[in-house]
Amino acid sequence: MRSKTKNKERTQIERVKMPELAPMIRVKYQDREVNMGLELDQALKEATRCMDCVNPTCIEGCPVSINIPKFIKYIEKGDILLAAATLKETNALPAVCGRVCPQEKQCESKCFYVDKLDKPSVAIGHLERFAADYERNSGAANIPEKASPNGIKVAAVGSGPASLAFAGDMVKYGYDVTVFEALHEIGGVLKYGIPEFRLPNSVVDFELENLRKMGVKFETNYIVGRTSSFEDLREEGYQGFFIASGAGLPRFMDIPGENSNGILSSNEYLTRVNLMGAAMDDKDTPVLKGKYVAVIGGGNTAMDSVRTALRLGASRAMIIYRRSEAEMPARIEEVKHAKEEGVEFMTLCNPLEYFADEKGRVSGMRLNRMGLGEPDSSGRRRPMPIEGSEFELDVDLVVVAVGVSPNPLVPSCLPDLKVTKWGTIVVDEDKMQSSISEMFAGGDIVRGGATVILAMGDGRRAAENMHNYLQSKSNN
Amino acid sequence: MVVENPLIAKSRKPGNFVILRIGEDGERFPLTIAGADPVRGTITLVVQIMGVSSSKLVALEPGDCITDLVGPLGKPTHIGKIGTVLAAGGGVGVAPLLPIVEAFKKAGNRVVTVIAARNKDLIILEDEIRKWSDEVIVMTDDGSYGRQGLVTAGMEEIIQRENIDECIVIGPAIMMKFASMLTKKYNIPTQASLNSIMVDGTGMCGACRVTVGGKTKFTCVDGPEFDAHQVNFDEMLMRLGGYLQEEKRATEIYLQKL
Repeated sequence: MRSKTKNKERTQIERVKMPELAPMIRVKYQDREVNMGLELDQALKEATRCMDCVNPTCIEGCPVSINIPKFIKYIEKGDILLAAATLKETNALPAVCGRVCPQEKQCESKCFYVDKLDKPSVAIGHLERFAADYERNSGAANIPEKASPNGIKVAAVGSGPASLAFAGDMVKYGYDVTVFEALHEIGGVLKYGIPEFRLPNSVVDFELENLRKMGVKFETNYIVGRTSSFEDLREEGYQGFFIASGAGLPRFMDIPGENSNGILSSNEYLTRVNLMGAAMDDKDTPVLKGKYVAVIGGGNTAMDSVRTALRLGASRAMIIYRRSEAEMPARIEEVKHAKEEGVEFMTLCNPLEYFADEKGRVSGMRLNRMGLGEPDSSGRRRPMPIEGSEFELDVDLVVVAVGVSPNPLVPSCLPDLKVTKWGTIVVDEDKMQSSISEMFAGGDIVRGGATVILAMGDGRRAAENMHNYLQSKSNN
Repeated sequence: MVVENPLIAKSRKPGNFVILRIGEDGERFPLTIAGADPVRGTITLVVQIMGVSSSKLVALEPGDCITDLVGPLGKPTHIGKIGTVLAAGGGVGVAPLLPIVEAFKKAGNRVVTVIAARNKDLIILEDEIRKWSDEVIVMTDDGSYGRQGLVTAGMEEIIQRENIDECIVIGPAIMMKFASMLTKKYNIPTQASLNSIMVDGTGMCGACRVTVGGKTKFTCVDGPEFDAHQVNFDEMLMRLGGYLQEEKRATEIYLQKL
């Protein structure tokens, strides 16, 4: 394929522009995806830009080392289904990652175009999404080969990306896999956290259905450690456990007035809207709506929250972030989309206090402006308050999206499980094995709030190592 | 209502609650487990019709299924042999009080219980409470049953004639606030079981947050019982009213549809 088109011609092609729903239309809909996906001809053309480097640095940028040139060259050839199969060799949920991975910090940041040509990278993320969507829409069921059942039962705690990746691999190894979920719906952050305008539930449901077809069992409304104990499950024959219960513990700033009505954690706000459908009239769960909405934070969750507020009728939707835009952890695409939709970015601002009306509903807030000093432990420049810079803002809804911590419910049921002072489960980094030998862990419960791709990488690594552990146990 | 759920019936302890959902459009809401029969595999829930969700639950017929039910949630009541326990229940709060009263009695304590409601029709579980209490005082606001007066009047009478080692109060937030103020006067350690608004019930969202001893706690994982004298009841009452408008409108629409 390399010889078919000369590299000089390849590099002349401009990077494809992802078709997007117009901002003024899309702010009216919670459930219309903003990125509409590439057409076939666009994908073929973009795939041609990839020069299939002898030393593919893009693979180094991928947390799970997807064979990127291989899947892109299949697209160039027109073998889209083979491209999708290549992705699935390494990535359990390519339709998800193609949409939500921060490619600009991962694969695309290491692309030859960026590194050596100072040009926009190959649109690896858009191509991954294209191949995955194509396969899904083609109806060509690609149910991977499975080893014959070995009768060994394993359990995954939590049904987010880490467990889904773990379950997909374990069922292929021949295990009897059950995924236990505390909520009434499966998918973890994929369902309750990421809005439909970024990641449609139908995409997630398709992947869940594939896992069911492969034989993975799901139990909802089941809190392992509470509904049944780990000991109960051992007695039922479960020999291995993968704990991936996530970072579902909201963080607040502990400033005066923060418990006023109308101040919600991003978990609460997004769960009401995404999981419970609160914006829809026929759903019982309410959500508080505001005209003047402030979202505190600068990550993807903050972007999701502020863009949701716009879609729910805010006249002013503001991001309040204590550092500058360059330090914001959110995906560049989310920031761009948010700006197009009319979100106001108040960077270098920090909340000090909230005011409430006589009914206890938030009515305003006091903030001060920040300057950037020397780098702190995260490597980013430390925000310092500027004296005398305090000002006030009218707000009637505030969403606090300053980060999440590991949910303590499951670890609290296992006193022998080693956890850090932040509540994350301690694991051997290569094996994902915890201090209890038949228990492995991965995803946000190990890392704190991180990404879908890292969680899936953990799930896959845990599956491989739990498989080795259980096989060596049964051989002894 | 008696609900079949063998796993929860087996693992539940007094003080635990469940989160339920009625119908695919339903909201998630908490109810304390009033009792359980591990042999039959059932739990008992007591519900008062307040709005849409409680109405939907009460409208279920025997044989129907609750769409989603998860538990047991919350920290169980700390039960010990301490001497004399004063238990005070207001309205439907007597339902979660019952298993606690039973547990304290079985642990070898003297248990004196005050149950109160606005009128005779709202007094519940009297016989069951009497079974597990050494003495029971019944109070109604209008005097239609038992003695006339608020729960605090019955509590104070007992406090003044007996040495109380611990008090448990469960009922509407305003009742718990005043009951707590009373026992604080007499320096009686008191636990209150809070009924904050919840969404997930597993510590994930913070909707149920309360200020206890100046610090923010989550009712669903740190509670639902807290040291009553440390609870900021005014803030809790304010937060309970956070969705009043939405609740009222939803109830109106629901009743119209019927």
